[in-house]
Amino acid sequence: MNRKSRWAAGPYILWMIIFVIVPLVLIGVFAFTTDAPFDENSKRLTQEELAAIEEEYAETDEELPVTYKTVFTWDNILSVSQYLPVLFNSAWLALIATAICLIIGYPLAYFMSRFRASSQRLVQMLIMLPMWMNFLLRTYAWMTLLEKNGWINRIFGLIGVGPFEMINTQGAVVLGMVYNYLPFMILPLYSVMTKIENHTIEAAQDLGAGSIRVFTKVVIPLSMPGIASGITMVFVPAVSTFIISRMLGGGTNMLIGDLIDLQFLGNAYNPNLGAAISLVLMVFILLCMSITNQLDNGDEEMEGKML
Amino acid sequence: MSNSKNKIIELKNVSMSFKDSDTPVLNNISLDIYDKEFITLLGPSGCGKTTTLRIIGGFATPDKGDLLFNGKKINDLPPFKRQVNTVFQKYALFPHLNVYDNVAFGLRIAKVNEKEVKQRVEAMLDVVDLHGFDKRSINALSGGQQQRVAIARALVNNPKVLLLDEPLGALDLKLRKEMQIELKKIQQRLSITFIYVTHDQEEALTMSDTVVVMNKGEIQQIGTPQDIYNEPKNAFVANFIGESNILPGIMHRDYMVEFAGNNFDCVDKGFDEMEPVDVVIRPEDIVLVPASDEVLNGVVETVTFKGVHYEIVVNAYSDYWIIHSTKSAKVGDVVGISFTPEDIHVMKKSEMPKITRYTIPSNEEAGEDE
Repeated sequence: MNRKSRWAAGPYILWMIIFVIVPLVLIGVFAFTTDAPFDENSKRLTQEELAAIEEEYAETDEELPVTYKTVFTWDNILSVSQYLPVLFNSAWLALIATAICLIIGYPLAYFMSRFRASSQRLVQMLIMLPMWMNFLLRTYAWMTLLEKNGWINRIFGLIGVGPFEMINTQGAVVLGMVYNYLPFMILPLYSVMTKIENHTIEAAQDLGAGSIRVFTKVVIPLSMPGIASGITMVFVPAVSTFIISRMLGGGTNMLIGDLIDLQFLGNAYNPNLGAAISLVLMVFILLCMSITNQLDNGDEEMEGKML
Repeated sequence: MSNSKNKIIELKNVSMSFKDSDTPVLNNISLDIYDKEFITLLGPSGCGKTTTLRIIGGFATPDKGDLLFNGKKINDLPPFKRQVNTVFQKYALFPHLNVYDNVAFGLRIAKVNEKEVKQRVEAMLDVVDLHGFDKRSINALSGGQQQRVAIARALVNNPKVLLLDEPLGALDLKLRKEMQIELKKIQQRLSITFIYVTHDQEEALTMSDTVVVMNKGEIQQIGTPQDIYNEPKNAFVANFIGESNILPGIMHRDYMVEFAGNNFDCVDKGFDEMEPVDVVIRPEDIVLVPASDEVLNGVVETVTFKGVHYEIVVNAYSDYWIIHSTKSAKVGDVVGISFTPEDIHVMKKSEMPKITRYTIPSNEEAGEDE
């Protein structure tokens, strides 16, 4: 690569600095700081002292002799611990959704990769088609389907069962995740599987492997990079989603994404805590990703890795 | 010739066509393959040789006819239950496994204990001259090494029959020659049947006990390399096995054939009187002599140096004759073309159109391209 063409990467590098690096630093700053009250003598006030001053001045119109300064603190991060159940619940639901996507997506991707080229394109389009529709609209559609008087319960009613409580359950949230993120599982899987040559499968059959062992000894190992990509691409957005849980979970099943949303846009306004939760979530996702990356360890030379 | 006369594989009237095509890939093929022989299916691309191999390997099912293994019909037996192993054209090694694990694959599927696996894999790596390569990644091997891994991976399972689908196609000439000798040695040492597919006639002649020449889904001739080369049954075989001069002729009576405007004595008989025939004369059988009334005379058109010999094209009696000679000639010279009655091979007119006649500017060799 010559020197001049390197400049072509400039706009994106600038973009990354402004919209990726800077925000990350800001999140870090927010997460480790808080606005603490100080009195006239620059002495940091405790909550009780602050309350006492507030009471003292409550009757008067005078301004409080208190100034707020940004100080370093571990409190935000430490207070995230009380939300760990929410984090684990989010991770658990995302994990279930990812597993379901893998179970549904894997065989589909495999058979799709063995179709004729024209059929492959058709199925590929059918998989992507829902993604062309607005995300909110898609999720909203599920609300009307799952409602107590929704279409699904009406059909159950016709055959004399139900109605079932479907909306506002964890199951509905998982369903929403699977529906929305399934294509992100199928496409990377499909992409590695098209690279598995028929000859390789025939060679395994030739060496005595029946269908099951062809699958476990050849197809699955060779598709590991796709499995790792697919898991990452489903798990990461699923664990941090908030729209799906709000629309299909009815706000009763709070996920970590909802919690963050509340800190910035909701009643519990506290950007410092929000930033701290985001930071913890990020570390958590990084940990999960490093685990999935172990899946295709030792396949450094495999091609077709998506991420 | 095969060491024993036990038929190991028989194809009986096998026909097959692909789904979306009317023209058959294989048209009524019958072929006996004997135990311990090195048999080669030879023909241009699209002649059905690979399909025949795939039928034997179990990757294709014939529409009609039977496939017998040791006398038992195995048409519908899936590949993993057959006692044959294949060396695939592009090797088809497992990219996620190293050399050792590739070779061990079949043994582990067969649940052979690891101690024996180790013993057999290492013995086989010795056979293919890859000792010490166990831990290498497949991608770190050269084409020739990958080829040998593929052979070891197939042979380690002690198959009764080894199928090889143009296994040397991707190698350079020198390596190919070495591997030809190597393969032949391995086949003799292990004394098992090799069924070899190639479009390279020289490869076929070098290695085989039996050569099966195929074209357009039909078998043209089955015979030893010597038979095929010296006594080609029709013009296609003659042309495909080495360069040939193929001339239209008329058989006047036994031992007398007319072509190129003259009557010649020959050693062939058994044709109808005045039957139109193809006459084949090998380029290396022709001797250039000074022009005279005794022989066919012609004008030298081109002279090409080929290393071992000169390829001289002579225009005589409005046909181009290819002549291989160790002595050069001058373009434009008038020369005489001489050959003995034994050099004239008379064969029945083949139904297929002539595929190649020598044309001056082109130097293509028939069937070289895949």
